[in-house]
Amino acid sequence: MKQWARDTLTGIRASYGRELRAYFATPLAYVFIATFLMLIGFFTWEASSFFDTGTADLQPFFYWHPWLYMIFLPALSMRLWSDETAAGTSELLLSLPVSVTGLAAGKLLAAWTVSALALLLTCPMWLTVNYLGTPDNAAILLSYLMSFIMAGAYLSIGAAMSSLVTSQVLAYVIGVVAAFLFTAAGWPMVLGAVSSALGTGIGELVAQFSFLTHFETAERGVLEVGSLVFFLGVIALWLALNVLWVNQRRSTAR
Amino acid sequence: MLELKQLTKSFDGHMAVEKAAFSLNKGEVLGFLGPNGAGKSTTMRMVAGVMEPDHGDVLISGHSIITERREAQRRLGYLPEGAPLYADMTPVEFLKFMARAYRMPRKPARQAIDRVIADARIGNVASRRIATLSKGYRRRVGLAGALLNDPDVLVLDEPTDGLDPIQKRAVRALIARMAPEKAILISTHTLEEVPAMCNRAIIIDRGRVVADGTPESLAAQSPGGLEETFITVAGAAEADVA
Repeated sequence: MKQWARDTLTGIRASYGRELRAYFATPLAYVFIATFLMLIGFFTWEASSFFDTGTADLQPFFYWHPWLYMIFLPALSMRLWSDETAAGTSELLLSLPVSVTGLAAGKLLAAWTVSALALLLTCPMWLTVNYLGTPDNAAILLSYLMSFIMAGAYLSIGAAMSSLVTSQVLAYVIGVVAAFLFTAAGWPMVLGAVSSALGTGIGELVAQFSFLTHFETAERGVLEVGSLVFFLGVIALWLALNVLWVNQRRSTAR
Repeated sequence: MLELKQLTKSFDGHMAVEKAAFSLNKGEVLGFLGPNGAGKSTTMRMVAGVMEPDHGDVLISGHSIITERREAQRRLGYLPEGAPLYADMTPVEFLKFMARAYRMPRKPARQAIDRVIADARIGNVASRRIATLSKGYRRRVGLAGALLNDPDVLVLDEPTDGLDPIQKRAVRALIARMAPEKAILISTHTLEEVPAMCNRAIIIDRGRVVADGTPESLAAQSPGGLEETFITVAGAAEADVA
């Protein structure tokens, strides 16, 4: 167990540094951050008519996070494993004396760091609402933290999907589809349809798997331990699937 | 140092490697020969722990690749077919990444990196992006990575494939310098390289070991030398299967 932990930490260190470097060696991270900031700005100020709300809080800003993450984060995670397979470097990687759990966790953490940087760069919005009024800063901080953890959940899904296929485009598409299912499950329109077709109980059950449902309470500045556990559980589950799918390659690869 | 025990692998009912069994001692350089699709790369992937065998095992310095995979891999240097590398890195960055994966402390890692850069003669390109390097240099960077942890066993899949004669000679000289201290398994389909690089050769066909001996003894089996022996035994195995 001690040896496994050491090999996992070694894998995290090696792959985290390598992946983070790779993000900034190409335009990917810069394009991701710039596009995310532009769109979150547009949706917050324009689409949500921020200045018409008359309140100094960031709810219109956080409202869009699950939807933008659903589209953008699979773009960040799509290359994590599929790129290795396409370039043949996965063979080199799997011949190294590190655990696959460490490699997968290091890759996820690197993508998570890029998304955290994008989130950090939205802080001027926080400063703006403080300039305009007196918002509940503790609630905003909590929303930021939950948004960060939710980003990890989206990325863990995308990373796992990337380990299933060799094409980055395909990894992106199935990553978005899976992320959409986890997001839209809590959308009122979907919930209404599920409840009327299968009953309210099933509708409520489906809603419990939605990122929207669990992020909504944080948007209001309320910390629900259940939601925190949900997001961490999603990350752990998809990370485990990622490791499982990479390990399966050892027995099925040609 | 390296022992293959009844190594077997099949894909969709097709037998890729069938009960491959041989051992390799320190100082031996084994040329692993076979026609395309004979099972050379599959065998090497199983030896490197990249692919799991259906049956059998590989022992690297006494450690099983099945039950002690990471211990076995710590004693192994592997150059996959085509020498895949991270194109966005420089050779130095790539070697630092490898050193981290082998959990080498900072100072020994620096020394090891300097050593393999000198051994592989890549000092003049050490700070250039791998994407801009020629095929020959890339192969040597891959070789430097395989040598970084000073492994007991070296597994090199087509190490001279696509290199010009000068680069081939440099790689052969490097292998010759390493040979006394290591067990080296080299896959190649360039038969004329075998006597120059190897002191033992195995011919594999359709997943089965069909000949094992020194390059000289295998060459002596046919009037046409090693090439004719290769064609004869590989062809005979094919006829057996048919």
